[in-house]
Amino acid sequence: MTPQAADNAIVSVRDLQVGFQTTDRRAVVKAVDGVSFDVRRGETFGIIGESGSGKTTIGRALVFLLKPSGGAILHNGIDPLAMPRQQFQSHRRDYQIIFQDPNAALNPRMTILSSVLEPLELARAGSKAERLQRAHEAMDRVGLPLDLGERYPHQLSGGQKQRVVIARALTLRPKMIVCDEVVAALDMSIRGDVLNLFAELQRDLGLTYVFITHDLAVVSHISERIAVMYLGRFVELGPTEKVSERPLHPYTQALLSAEPRPLPSTMRGNNRIVLQGEIPSPIDPPSGCRFRTRCQYAQAVCAEKTPDWRELMPDHWVACHFADRPNFSPN
Amino acid sequence: MAADQPAQRGSEAVAGGPQALMSVRGLGIRFKTSHGVWQATRKIDFDIAPGERVGIVGESGCGKTITGLSILRLLPNNLAGLDGSIHFDGTDLASCSTRQMRAIRGRRIAMIFQEPMSALDPVFTVGHQIAETLRVHTGVTREEARERTLDMLRRVGIASPERRIDDYPHQLSGGMRQRVMIAASLICGPQLLIADEPTTALDVTVQAQILELLRDLSETSNTALMLITHDLGVVAETCTRMITMYAGEVIEDAAVDDALVRPLHPYTSGLLRSLPHLSPRHGKLPSIPGRVPSIMDMPNGCRFKARCSHAVAGCEKEQALLDAGNGRKVRCWRFRELDLPGALQHAATAPIAAMVTSP
Ligand SMILES: Nc1ncnc2c1ncn2[C@@H]1O[C@H](COP(=O)(O)OP(=O)(O)OP(=O)(O)O)[C@@H](O)[C@H]1O
Ligand SMILES: Nc1ncnc2c1ncn2[C@@H]1O[C@H](COP(=O)(O)OP(=O)(O)O)[C@@H](O)[C@H]1O
Ligand code: SF4
Ligand code: SF4
Ligand SMILES: [Mg+2]
Ligand SMILES: [Mg+2]
Repeated sequence: MTPQAADNAIVSVRDLQVGFQTTDRRAVVKAVDGVSFDVRRGETFGIIGESGSGKTTIGRALVFLLKPSGGAILHNGIDPLAMPRQQFQSHRRDYQIIFQDPNAALNPRMTILSSVLEPLELARAGSKAERLQRAHEAMDRVGLPLDLGERYPHQLSGGQKQRVVIARALTLRPKMIVCDEVVAALDMSIRGDVLNLFAELQRDLGLTYVFITHDLAVVSHISERIAVMYLGRFVELGPTEKVSERPLHPYTQALLSAEPRPLPSTMRGNNRIVLQGEIPSPIDPPSGCRFRTRCQYAQAVCAEKTPDWRELMPDHWVACHFADRPNFSPN
Repeated sequence: MAADQPAQRGSEAVAGGPQALMSVRGLGIRFKTSHGVWQATRKIDFDIAPGERVGIVGESGCGKTITGLSILRLLPNNLAGLDGSIHFDGTDLASCSTRQMRAIRGRRIAMIFQEPMSALDPVFTVGHQIAETLRVHTGVTREEARERTLDMLRRVGIASPERRIDDYPHQLSGGMRQRVMIAASLICGPQLLIADEPTTALDVTVQAQILELLRDLSETSNTALMLITHDLGVVAETCTRMITMYAGEVIEDAAVDDALVRPLHPYTSGLLRSLPHLSPRHGKLPSIPGRVPSIMDMPNGCRFKARCSHAVAGCEKEQALLDAGNGRKVRCWRFRELDLPGALQHAATAPIAAMVTSP
């Protein structure tokens, strides 16, 4: 079942598949295996899941850093892969991606200002003076003092470096930014600052974010909607309040309950579901429901039939045979 | 499962005095660098009682790891000097001989790290590595070592240990490797286990398994745990006491519940406030302005002063770790007059309050 592309979709993903050949070339890892969703203009769309579930792969596919092996990704209803080469190149500037490690994204031998200018120069945008002005605007926007421009990455703190990376992405005035674990490497007292910056930029510039993280507290703070990913597929998608307070899928429930809570013992409750084992290999995923090897409610049918991706409540999607039954029992 | 049983964490859990297993006093670590000698940490004081679980928290670079390493004298070789004392069950680890240290390390105090792969030798089976530790320290026979290794692997939750014991580290998943590391570190029955970010590289569902395991093992074998982490949630779930470090110093030491409910140091309170768990959804997150001062440019007096909204004249004076009663300690001379918010004040309006009652 595929949801209809809504008019307000900046990105529409339909039955997306991304496969990688293993290094011995004997098998294919289906990193993303049949995922469909829309990202609405101006929203923050969160994706959570354990490592190896395929989050980064989706993020890279969304900005065409890698090519889908099946399905389609539309930007504003149009397939960028059908565009002529030049148009495709300039189109891509509207869709940026930022990764976790600012050190990997910044050239240690380039000054901060040259790093911020680089995308503009590659795009040959405007005159030299205009490019400089745009770079300065972007630095100002993310709260970096302009005199930092002459420094090198190693002379900046982690939070400042991540701001440089954000400024760099902003120079091209994108419509959407995929943020892949962008605060994971930052210290707790700085993390809040960077999250506040993302929220402020969204308000002022009308940006759309796809926010990828394994941190539940972060994703539920910043997102309007959350998708939960497991072994290459979405298992649940819905409004943040619903997914994080009334989760429909057993995996989402386990994920939420595993989150360590910084609360005194009297407030932490005793409803922890400790999952057994770890996420299976995507080379040979379990048949039927992929979560069944760790699901406390699994029944025979879960091994035989892949659960449908269905809209169980308005705007709230889930893939579990028994999500509509109390206690997930088949009867 | 014991996971849902919050540990006993009243103020009486705070250690100190004669019954301490380990007493650290005035510990300071200096490194030689190209810029001269750096004082990386100083004036570190704390105690750990037998079987107690103590969380050491603080931001990157505040000195958690090197404090842990100094206890086992595993500091990098550009060490310029170690000040103070580390009394462990009658021996001063800061000044004892290398031979004495070798008899303690791995046997009476063990340590595990964030990345278990780096601590496991890829060319030996996991069974061999665990059994060797035991044989080196106790001289038991090969057969007995294997038996006890199997038993230990079972205790740390490795399914069918008879099959796993002859596996090489690369054949195991990340969570299993960390279990093997825990098995190796506990095989000699140490009195203290130092765990440096043992779950940071793991997924949250696996992290929950490992934390539960550490808590259970510490309870059943009365092994004290010194858990180094930057995650306040991990401390709340696992430990009885929380020591907060800032810029190379201990700034607060309290029972976990006390520290979370009513932090006495403005930095601890600021950290709690900045957690997204405890703020209303989509709202602006409170943050601590500025950044940690550089080791090379430490201010006099309170090291948190430049970022503290409660700073007044007098804060530039040297701050001692003051006794705040009930076994609590805090490095802020204003602690009595400040009434700082903790997790409770925030959580009531935050999404986490809803999480607590569902599903
Ligand atoms: N070999 C060394 N030479 C010089 N300085 C060092 C050395 N090792 C650590 N330091 C410094 O000592 C301080 C404390 O380091 P430590 O590794 O204990 O931090 P940490 O609190 O464990 O941080 P993290 O959370 O990032 O692991 C840092 O400022 C670090 O740069
Ligand atoms: N370039 C690649 N070559 C081979 N396998 C890959 C590649 N990139 C990702 N994978 C595999 O695809 C799966 C999903 O990876 P990824 O999207 O990085 O997950 P996540 O970001 O959720 O941690 C993993 O099993 C990973 O090992
Ligand atoms: S379909 Fe079956 S195995 Fe999958 S989540 Fe639902 S109950 Fe569990
Ligand atoms: S001593 Fe002063 S500056 Fe330091 S934490 Fe206390 S009030 Fe703030
Ligand atoms: Mg990733
Ligand atoms: Mg460390």
